[in-house]
Amino acid sequence: MGESPAIEADGLVKQYGKTKALAGLDLSVPAGTVYGLLGPNGAGKTTAVRVFATLLRPDQGRARVLGDDVVTQAPAVRRSIGLTGQYAALDEYLTGRSNLVMIGQLSRLTVTAARRRADELLERFELTEAATRPVKTYSGGMRRRLDLAASLIGRPRVLFLDEPTTGLDPNARAMMWDIVRGLAADGTTLLLTTQYLDEADQLAGRIAVIDDGQVIAEGTPDELKSSVGGEHMEVTLAAGADVEAAMAALKPLAQGAIAPDEGGLQLSVPVVVRAGLTTEMVRALDGAGVSVTDVVVRRASLDDVFFALTGHGAVAESEVAA
Amino acid sequence: MSTATVWLVPDQDSTYSHGPFRLFVSDVLVLTKRSIARIRREPETLADVTVMPVIFILMFAYVFGGAIRLPGSGSYHEYLIGGMLGMGLAQTAPGVAVALVTDMSTGLVDRFRSLPMSRWAVLVARSIAELLTQMISAVIIACVGLAIGWRVHTNVADVAAAFALALLFGYAFTWVGVWFGMVLRSPEAAQQLGFIVFLPLTFISSAFVPTQGMPGWLQPVANWNPMSALAAASRHLFGNPNPAATVPSWPVQHPELAVIFWSAGMLAIFAPLAVAMYRRRAA
Repeated sequence: MGESPAIEADGLVKQYGKTKALAGLDLSVPAGTVYGLLGPNGAGKTTAVRVFATLLRPDQGRARVLGDDVVTQAPAVRRSIGLTGQYAALDEYLTGRSNLVMIGQLSRLTVTAARRRADELLERFELTEAATRPVKTYSGGMRRRLDLAASLIGRPRVLFLDEPTTGLDPNARAMMWDIVRGLAADGTTLLLTTQYLDEADQLAGRIAVIDDGQVIAEGTPDELKSSVGGEHMEVTLAAGADVEAAMAALKPLAQGAIAPDEGGLQLSVPVVVRAGLTTEMVRALDGAGVSVTDVVVRRASLDDVFFALTGHGAVAESEVAA
Repeated sequence: MSTATVWLVPDQDSTYSHGPFRLFVSDVLVLTKRSIARIRREPETLADVTVMPVIFILMFAYVFGGAIRLPGSGSYHEYLIGGMLGMGLAQTAPGVAVALVTDMSTGLVDRFRSLPMSRWAVLVARSIAELLTQMISAVIIACVGLAIGWRVHTNVADVAAAFALALLFGYAFTWVGVWFGMVLRSPEAAQQLGFIVFLPLTFISSAFVPTQGMPGWLQPVANWNPMSALAAASRHLFGNPNPAATVPSWPVQHPELAVIFWSAGMLAIFAPLAVAMYRRRAA
């Protein structure tokens, strides 16, 4: 490669009281890629992004964006980045267009250029019709799109997307994914944080899995999947089935911990596939009085990677409702 | 799949870079325009600086006023306006705090802090937008005052000086509001400031009643209250009844100087503190 990375972090530490939000985070994001920062809530993803975006000074370690230090050369960093946070950072009372023109001017565009570019982005993000309405009348998906448009108005070479699809409906989510792919095709370096494994799998060329403020695994989605290795049996239980009994019944056949999904009706059982295994599993479940809808063999997914690395699911239990 | 390429082509012609001062001025203008656009879109947000003073003037002129006896002689209606001016302009501070806390909590300030813009601009622009609404407030107070029989008995220069002092005073209080906006975490808490801080500040002063009627231990507090200094300065410069003139306390004896000292002091303390917190604050 030889080319220097677009984003670099070296031993970042950020402490809040006794909690270490970042505990020696190292990261190297190649230019022109979509890089996924994957981890549960509280893993330190947002803290890392805030350090890269010059909003937060690290207690220790250093970070550079396009070679500029985020602390000592913060103004230079700000000229090359765009940030879309978890909340739509917009003025509720201004129209969509006024918001974009304002951010454009503050990003050092002339008024004329800011207006032209605002109109381009409104059209691209299908917001032209809503452009003259105040943002407070927008839906969640429209806000996110406008927020992303605002972070693009200054043509950043590096874009930080902090959980860009959290709380969006599937349609709005698919649209965000399209936009991210479009940006990547243009050569923008994107650092994307997400707690959705499928999102990282779909969008990111490389992924760092972080937990407790540290990178615990790094690589392409395929590398990460094969590092966990092994096949899985995906067992779908009938509605109302006793999940505990099912897990107990399958335990002797599993090669590791059995991971139930969020709804609890799907069990991911690490196995070594051999003749007769499916039958044995169905019998074991039948013997425990558990009805089964489906049993299929599946290769490792990022969910498995995550579970294997952290010992817990991607979404912390307390956060499911949030 | 995407036709995005057009929007990342470098567009050097349309960007500009100037020295820090030009940058600061242009950022302040953009953000001040933002605050004014908000007011034009929702004029009811101005209620605290437009309707409130009218209600207070009418209430004090026609409800409480009859029961308030001024030491010496003079019209309470003429006495009232000098005090109202101080209250009307200082009480915009909680609104400033609410607006800033809201911008902080919605992430808008984070966005501003990630842009290549001037560090001071967000707070300074807010204070300038506030100065404009304070001017509106001053005009309304004067008009309602004229309607209830308030008159000035001095010259244009004195009247201009009175309004200039009132705006300086209001501007200084804006920075107290900005500081609260940096310290407080929720818009609800900022909303309470009006009752917890600014209402007592106004009432324990000569804004609406002469301090001579207060208990002995409270009189020094009221006389040293910046609100009393502004009320006395305005009354003096308008040629209105000013019973404080007989109170042997330095700030009410030299009200114009006291207003300048108080305002300069508040600006010197709260503006740098607010800016330092803005730069450091990590929400």
